[in-house]
Amino acid sequence: MELHAEKFDDVLIIRAVQDRIDAACAIRFKDKMREMTQSDAKRVILDMSQIAFIDSSGLGAIVAVMKAIGPGRKLELSGLTHTVQKVFRLTRMDTIFQIHERLPVGLAKAG
Amino acid sequence: MMNIARSADFELADVTIAADFLSVRHGLQHLFNQDPLADLSEESRDHSEIVLAEVLNNIVEHAYCGADGQIKISVTCQCGFLDIRIIDGGRPMPDLKLPSGELCPMFDGQDPPEGGFGWFLIRSLTQDLHYQRVQDQNILQFRLAR
Repeated sequence: MELHAEKFDDVLIIRAVQDRIDAACAIRFKDKMREMTQSDAKRVILDMSQIAFIDSSGLGAIVAVMKAIGPGRKLELSGLTHTVQKVFRLTRMDTIFQIHERLPVGLAKAG
Repeated sequence: MMNIARSADFELADVTIAADFLSVRHGLQHLFNQDPLADLSEESRDHSEIVLAEVLNNIVEHAYCGADGQIKISVTCQCGFLDIRIIDGGRPMPDLKLPSGELCPMFDGQDPPEGGFGWFLIRSLTQDLHYQRVQDQNILQFRLAR
């Protein structure tokens, strides 16, 4: 599970550098995300623009990370691809995350 | 581990994979690179991959519970549908019934569920979902719009 982090003031951008978050890597993803978010960043944005596929284990891992870093901090998501969007929408998890179409201006070079 | 048999005449794909999460990943990638799954529309491909991933991962996790085993996936294509049959030799479904697959009641936004999405997705995206236990094997069949 490859994740690259970069901090911009109080925003931590984590870019997932692989094409799937699935049952084969969900636990490692969750552990690594928890480890990488041990900082004082107020916002954490997970750039998912390279993730072409996510299954329910991957989705559960993202929800678990959101809970782990809260409640004072938010996990935001960016760049959801077609299939990933569909999984979030069907399960209504699109309603609990702030989802950016792309990384906010000024942070786009992160990673 | 993967054994593949194909017949172009019937647009049939048969794939047998080992019952572990990595084999599921590789099996899916392989299935979706060959007929009849390779030329699906974007939406059908999304739905098919989501459903197959959930079914196969459930078998690895709950039928085989981490033990060695095999899963056989057969896909046939006819009349605008994909008919899929998945056979495994793991434990039977509890009470020989498929999970209801209800998404947990609408959460308040503070405590969203971390699981329970799998059967909800399967039931949301399939038609004619049917489960049988025959001679120590689980047979799951369903139809996906193509």
